[in-house]
Amino acid sequence: MQFLGIELDKYEFRALLTAIVVMTIFIFSMLYVVGARRSDVPECVNFDKSYLTPRIDKIDDSTYEVYMVAQMWGFQPSEIRIPVGSTVDFYLTSKDVVHGFYIDGKDINMMAEYGNVTKRTAKFTNAGVYKIFCHEYCGVGHQNMEAQIIVGFPTSQQ
Amino acid sequence: MKISHWLRNVILTELFIPITLLIVGIYHGLMQTVYRAGLIHQSSFAGLDYYQGLTLHGVINALVLTTFFAVAFGHATIVYFLKNEPRKRPTKLSMWLMIAGTAMAAWAMFAGKADVLYTFYPPLKAHPLFYLGLAVMIVGSWIPLFDWVGLLKSWRASHTGEKVPLAVWGTIINFIIWFTCTLSVAYEVLFMLLPWSLGWKATINVALARTLFWFFGHALVYFWLLPAYVMYYAFLPRLAGGKLYSDLVGRITFAIFLIFSVPVGVHHQFSDPSIEPNTKLTQSLLTFGVALPSFLTAFTMFATLEYAGRKNGGKGLFGWIGRLPFFDSSRYLFSYFICGLILFIFGGFTGIVNASYELNAVVHNTAFLPGHFHMTVAGPVILAMLGMSVHLVSQLKGKKVFAPTLNTIVPYLWMIGVFIFSAGLMWGGLQGEPRRTNLGLSYLNPKSDLFHPQWVPDTLLTMCGGFIMFLAGIFFFIVFFGTFFRRKTQEADQLEFPVSEALHDERIIPLFNDLRPWVILMVLVILIAYIPAILDVFRFAGPGAPPHLPNSPVPGL
Repeated sequence: MQFLGIELDKYEFRALLTAIVVMTIFIFSMLYVVGARRSDVPECVNFDKSYLTPRIDKIDDSTYEVYMVAQMWGFQPSEIRIPVGSTVDFYLTSKDVVHGFYIDGKDINMMAEYGNVTKRTAKFTNAGVYKIFCHEYCGVGHQNMEAQIIVGFPTSQQ
Repeated sequence: MKISHWLRNVILTELFIPITLLIVGIYHGLMQTVYRAGLIHQSSFAGLDYYQGLTLHGVINALVLTTFFAVAFGHATIVYFLKNEPRKRPTKLSMWLMIAGTAMAAWAMFAGKADVLYTFYPPLKAHPLFYLGLAVMIVGSWIPLFDWVGLLKSWRASHTGEKVPLAVWGTIINFIIWFTCTLSVAYEVLFMLLPWSLGWKATINVALARTLFWFFGHALVYFWLLPAYVMYYAFLPRLAGGKLYSDLVGRITFAIFLIFSVPVGVHHQFSDPSIEPNTKLTQSLLTFGVALPSFLTAFTMFATLEYAGRKNGGKGLFGWIGRLPFFDSSRYLFSYFICGLILFIFGGFTGIVNASYELNAVVHNTAFLPGHFHMTVAGPVILAMLGMSVHLVSQLKGKKVFAPTLNTIVPYLWMIGVFIFSAGLMWGGLQGEPRRTNLGLSYLNPKSDLFHPQWVPDTLLTMCGGFIMFLAGIFFFIVFFGTFFRRKTQEADQLEFPVSEALHDERIIPLFNDLRPWVILMVLVILIAYIPAILDVFRFAGPGAPPHLPNSPVPGL
């Protein structure tokens, strides 16, 4: 049989069809998750110096904004305490070299770059301690860069 | 055929130097698994710092060896199939530039002045000679393409109406991809990184540097892979005792690679700031385009092998498999190629996982990534390179292969090692374990606050795989250097390849015999994919960054 003017035998045709069907299923699944689960790549944010000030802003009892600053060799703030059920917007930048930012147990995976800001939102429905790793080589102290999000264990100050 | 002595020396040099450097590359590959399993809790071992060794490992294995081999095998392929040799001066200039560049970069790395890994992301800064060396090496590797294109033109003039030999079609396409993609990294290195590392420019645009690097970085892996594909299409069928199922599929495959190899680089930047989600999604979809030729190749190769197996008497649904020359030491290239193909099934599918837009967030920069790419670059790519290096040395030096039985076992041992190694890495990665990290100092150190006991089993598994790979590497070096230095047993300066015939003899389709429309299409797709990415970077990025040495948070040269 012919496909776009090229002669294919029946096995080649079936193989081509299988490849296209498999890839279509992958692409569909990928796009479905983006829509239904609201899982996406990080958002672009215009750079502003204010993102270099690390802080946690409480918008209300279940909404927080964390302005995370990565530097050689730690994250600031290095510990974030929030109640169960919180939605957190993470804004991320770097004071120096490229760092990684990976929240283990959540699909939050961002790169911290000097002069750039990136953003992802996560909802913490389960209590626990979520570790944040730096996973991009950033110099001699790279393997010591860890932060954590403590969900559902308030301190006396909260 | 017999080739000129000067060309034979060029090819031998371009194989000998990187394979000698590979000793360091493979040694530190093993060491990385040892550090990461927490067998030792040190920042350095035997005079090499972990990150210094990691840089050597990446640069030697994935930049130096691969480039030198592609050029050397490219020369051999062009000479053999076009029956014409490249010109002496440019070929030697190319070789000397590559050697000089490698020497500069090697000095910087061994001196500990370039602990920046093979991606050299700024604002981490290396010694200027590291950047200059890499640039010189890359420029040297450009030169052969222009000679080969000239040789192809004169071949066409005296072979009008004939199909371009498939191996030549693949080789020239590969180097067009290489030249195109290295333009951006050459710019990044020569006009951004080098002046900045010398202190002539105070800051560097980090997002732009990364985007230019990855314009190069993804096409790089096809530059690695396509020589192996040339060998699969042109040699594997004959080695298996059969014929190539379809010659046309090979031409289509290489043409699709030409279109889709470059405009997908942003899939390495899904987690990066300053590139819009839509740009990332477009390049993710284009990446499925570059996966297609591998599906076509997989079918064609297995159909070819089935045909060969049945031709040799195999019966029943799977009986043909047993009739393939897995352990025939006179056809050891078959062993190298089949192990690469098997590894690539898993390497390819895990690559599709990485390219799947937001799914990448699960695996980006975790150990899953090296798990994936050791089943590709340390799979079909390296096995084809190592096997073919033995073949070329044996022919060009006129020496029988040393320890032929050992040689036939090397790929199987390597393959088993890589499966165990990559299984451990992927398992760890899915538990959040980071790549590019000396885990032994903290995460795999029971005395550290950061100790992660859940990563102990997977890093141990990875280390076991690493030891098996290392053993296979040692056996390979015995075969390679044994062959290189033994006494001459046959005529030297020879070049022969096990050339395959096609099963379905297709008529010439002019579209798949002419590179020009494909090059034009390639440029168009690159513009469509990358203009938005570059515009995004300039729209969102802020100030440039000062340089940092890896050991200091204070900026400085």
